[in-house]
Order: sequence, then structure tokens, then C-alpha cells
Amino acid sequence: MDFDLMMTSFPKLLGATVVTLKLLSASLFFGLFLGLFFAILRLNKNIFINKFAYCYSYIFRGTPLLVQIFIIYFGLGQIEYLRTTFLWVILKEPYWCAIIAFTLNTGAYTSEILRSAFQTIKPGIIEAGKSLGISNKIIFYKIQIPVAIRQSLPAYGNEIILMMKGTSLASTVTLMDLTGVAKYIISTTFKPIEVFIVAGGIYLFMTFIIHNVIKYLEKKYSFQQ
Amino acid sequence: MELLAFGKTGWGDELFYATLMTIAVSITAMLVGFFFALIFTPLKLSKYKTLNLVGNFYTTVIRGVPELLVIYLFFFGGSGAIMYVASIFGYYEYIEINAFITGSMAIGIISGAYSTEVFRGAIQSIDKGQFEAAKVLGINKFGQFYKIILPQMLRLAIPNLSNVWQITLKDTSLISVTGLVEIMRQSYIAAGSTRDPLFFYSFAAVLYLLLTYVSMKLINKLEVKYSRGY
Repeated sequence: MDFDLMMTSFPKLLGATVVTLKLLSASLFFGLFLGLFFAILRLNKNIFINKFAYCYSYIFRGTPLLVQIFIIYFGLGQIEYLRTTFLWVILKEPYWCAIIAFTLNTGAYTSEILRSAFQTIKPGIIEAGKSLGISNKIIFYKIQIPVAIRQSLPAYGNEIILMMKGTSLASTVTLMDLTGVAKYIISTTFKPIEVFIVAGGIYLFMTFIIHNVIKYLEKKYSFQQ
Repeated sequence: MELLAFGKTGWGDELFYATLMTIAVSITAMLVGFFFALIFTPLKLSKYKTLNLVGNFYTTVIRGVPELLVIYLFFFGGSGAIMYVASIFGYYEYIEINAFITGSMAIGIISGAYSTEVFRGAIQSIDKGQFEAAKVLGINKFGQFYKIILPQMLRLAIPNLSNVWQITLKDTSLISVTGLVEIMRQSYIAAGSTRDPLFFYSFAAVLYLLLTYVSMKLINKLEVKYSRGY
């Protein structure tokens, strides 16, 4: 065990954790809106809109995240037309490519989580709202959405943790996130175990925090109160 | 289309063999995972706190750390660890481990952590009376597990195991970083030499979709088989 290496690599890895957290928060933020949008499309009665949303979630959940990042980072740059538009400003940056890929990916999973939450809402709640003369719009915003969010909290907590692990793939498109820096230190020192313990420890700490925050929220918004 | 031709002019046959490699790694990793689950599920369900701790440590660490980091640990540390063990037995030559073995071990350990959780959940949701009844009838421990608990457990475990299989299948794309020629690596090579990354990565996505689709169909059949009578 090389404790010196562990001590010297810790601040470097901690600095890289900031990149990981930035990627995670940005993709979760955009992904939540995308997920909500597609979940609502999934509940639509129009078969084409419904199928479109289903295909989106099926494709992004059925292929590895690595493929998605590579298509966006390496693939899209190949389209000549795209290089002339303003989109190229975003797509030439690996940072934004990673965020786009993560957003699309987490959006697909989030849409499934929210859809099943909407579908498991007891019809009685909605009927109660209707019989009180509340308009459909208010029923959706004030009754369905809050209940669905509470229902989906445990599954969404898992999704946050999965996404945090997913951000490690940003290192394959030259970004120096926690895993990227860990790999760099490993390949220069050839001490994989020490670096793994430090980097893995940081990841586990983040998992621990997320897990407990979700648990707290679940308790706070439980139906019994 | 001519990019996908079989033979020397296209990448069709290379991608075909790469797909077989992905399937082979996934199956091996899944089996390695079952092996680990076989060890760690009893530990997690044990009466003894220390054994519980060992089981929980395994599943928590592996499920909380990115897959890529675990793969780097195996890739960079694998042959070092084997050489260290060999040196205890007096063998000091350089040992290089095959990328297939490193990859399926790394993915297998990850998939094992998920399988352990699935088996634990399935065993715990079996009615306690089943265990007691088996005991009362004087069936020995092996028979209890093999004839009574396992068939009931499989029915509950298969839907979740199919999720584990999907995760495992998709995780194999990550071992492309170690140089094993599976779908992702082969697409990377093809994209590099033809300068057509969009086509080859999209094709890789299609191959993965095909694999997940076909395996879902097969697993659904298994599900029907094990839930007959319900």
C-alpha cells in the first residue's frame, strides 16, 4: 500500500469530482424536464405520439450509454451541414456532447419512471378532484404531479445513482472527470488499487449522500402524514 | 451498404464476429455473476452480523462505484495481482491475462452484485411457512433449497434477472477500453479506418438493440414457463 500516493492523489481527484458533479447536475436538470415531457406524451391517447415516445425510451434504454456518447461526439461532427449552423458551437465541445448524451439517456429512464407513477395513481383521487369541481388542468398540476413525484421518488433515487456512475463515461471523450483523472493517475503510477480505493471512496460517499437525501425526502413526503 | 459487405471489402464479417464476442462475454459474465451471487446471497441472509457485513460490503461497493472504474482496476491491476499470487508459489515470469478473461471477470463481479440483490429479494419474499413445512417434513437442507425454495424463487427472480442481463449486456460495451474486439471496439476500428463514425456507431446501436430485443423475447418465454400454475 502506497499511502503517500493516496494522500497526493486525493486533492487531484477531489478537484475532478467537481467536473463529475457539474455533469451530473446539468444532465439531471435537463433530463427531468425531458422525462416529464415524454412521460406526458406516453399517456397521450394518440397512437402515433404514444409510439414515438415509446420508441425514444426503448432506443435509449436498449443501447449502451457509451454508444450514445460516441454517436453524438464522433458521429454528428461528420455531418457537413451541422458544422455550418450555430449548433456546432455546442457540438464541438466534448463537455456539451457528454451532457446532451446523458440528458437524453436519463430522460428516457425518467420518462418510464414518471409514466408508471402516473399510471399507478389511484383513479379515486382524480375522481374526488373532479367531483369537487376542480378543473382538469388544476387536477393535473396540483394532484397528479405531486402524487406522481412522491410515487417515483425511490425509483428516481436509483436513477440518480445510476446517472452518477454513468458520468464516468465522460472520460472516454477526453473529459477529465473523477474517473478520467483516476485513470490518468493509474496509467502513470501503475498503482491501480490505491487509486481505486480513493476514487471509489469518493463515489461511494456521493452515493451515500444521494441515498440518504432521497430517504429523507421519502419520509418527509410520505402519505401517512 | 457496401461498408457492411462480408469478406475483405467490407466490415460485415468483422462486425458479425464482434457481435458473437459480445454475446460470449455477456454470457460468461452472467455466469461469473451467478457464481458470486451463490457465495454472497447466503452471506447476506446469514444470521451472523460479520457475514452480513461482508455481503453488504460487496454489493454496496460494486453498485456504488462506476463500472468503468472497476474495469480499469482489473485491466491495470489484474496481471499484477495474478503475478503476486504466482510469486508466492515461486513463479516469477511475466504473466499476461487474456482480455476476454479480464473483461468477463470485471463485468461478472458487477453483474454478481446485482444478481445477489435479486436472489436475496426473491428468497426473502418466499413465505416463511414454506421453509417450516419443508423442515417439518424432514427434508434435508439440500432438498429444501433445491426442490422447494429454488423453483418458487426462480419465478420471482426471472423478471429482475432479465434486467440484470440487460445491464450486463450493455456493460460489455465498456470493456472495449481494454482492447477486446467486441461490437464497440470493432465499430471504433471501422470508424477510424473509413472515417465514417456516424454510420458505424449507429450500426453498433442497432446491433445492441437487436440483442436486447431478442433476449427479451427469449426471457419472456422462460417467465411463462416458470410461472405456470399461477
